Amino acid sequence: MTDPKIPVTEDELHAYVDNELPAERRGDVEAWLAAHPDEAERVQSWRAMAEALHARYDQVANEPVPKRLELERLVQPSRRWVYGTIAATVLAFIAGGGTGWLAHGAAATPSTFQSFTEDALDAHRLYVVEVRHPVEVPGNERAHLQAWLTKRCGWDVFAPELTSTGLKLVGGRLLPGPTGPASFLMYESASGERFTVYTAKASAETTQMRYTTQDKNGAKEGALFWTDRGVGYVVSGSSDRERLSQVARLVYDQTEKKGG
Amino acid sequence: MIPALRRYARALARDADIADDLVQDTLVRALRSERLFLGGDVRSWLYTILTNLNKNRRRSLARRPQFMPLLENNPDASGTEAEGRDIARALATLVEEQRAVLLLVMLEGLSYREVADIQGVPIGTVMSRLARARAHVKAALEGERPALRRVK
Repeated sequence: MTDPKIPVTEDELHAYVDNELPAERRGDVEAWLAAHPDEAERVQSWRAMAEALHARYDQVANEPVPKRLELERLVQPSRRWVYGTIAATVLAFIAGGGTGWLAHGAAATPSTFQSFTEDALDAHRLYVVEVRHPVEVPGNERAHLQAWLTKRCGWDVFAPELTSTGLKLVGGRLLPGPTGPASFLMYESASGERFTVYTAKASAETTQMRYTTQDKNGAKEGALFWTDRGVGYVVSGSSDRERLSQVARLVYDQTEKKGG
Repeated sequence: MIPALRRYARALARDADIADDLVQDTLVRALRSERLFLGGDVRSWLYTILTNLNKNRRRSLARRPQFMPLLENNPDASGTEAEGRDIARALATLVEEQRAVLLLVMLEGLSYREVADIQGVPIGTVMSRLARARAHVKAALEGERPALRRVK
């Protein structure tokens, strides 16, 4: 595996830098590069090029988005149509589903925690304001909703019972997540307070719950994130941490029990 | 997703206003599209629309004389202004397809497979475009940098 004499092709060098090389070949390429300093220098220059690109253009992504590109403006003329089911999914993705992707390949890759909660909070913000079409499958079809999301997502999607905190299941929908499908469940209290539970595949394991808040357009939202057996959970809603923890704890206890 | 699209568009088109026009057209098209995908990859799809719109734009410009800015009009890369200008200038010397491949892979972090789908070409073509683009940019950067340093 570490025989530096195995010839390495030009394509493999590029694939190596771009993380497209099969894992078992990486060692060969690294050994080969150690024995070919000129080629190693070339590979290094490609890395520097990527850094220069990020250094030059990442700032664009950090600029405030101009008014004319705001989704609210763009969807206004065809709003009724846009809030159909599939279009809403695309809209959710444009609004938030890809934020975790921003720093892909960048030096400062955001933590799973960050990208996850941003995606989840974006979806939360987008749908909690929806009166007529907040969900694709209503909460009174709980069994169907769970079966459908489980089938599409590939892990056990379970809609926890949150009535003890005064929350009733509104329903759920399927969203594009950071690395594949994501499930999105919405709950509502009698006073109209809404919480959402977002799940998607997560690579990093952290059993510890992490808390974040976001302040956008004057509305403050809080979110709690944790992962369990390769699935990341984000409970979003009230910026009141006590209240949020109470809800998240219930979700955690029930999904934990369910899977374990 | 909008910030990432804007980043890609800015690097692709160089001009901030044109870049945002491209993003706007992309979003409008995506939101109104009849061909809305079912379970496909939205990210790739958005990059595809933007890449194609830019290609169309350049095609329609092809018959008109082109004005290239002498200086980047946005030299605001923190502390590395000269480098930022260098990389932008080097990008500008690439042919369209190569620039798109380079940016989609190196800046946006898409896979070869995704880029192949976006450009509608085999993966082998993506890889040869990428190799040529890297060699070209490297040469451009090496040729240009000493001159710029001297000016400073």
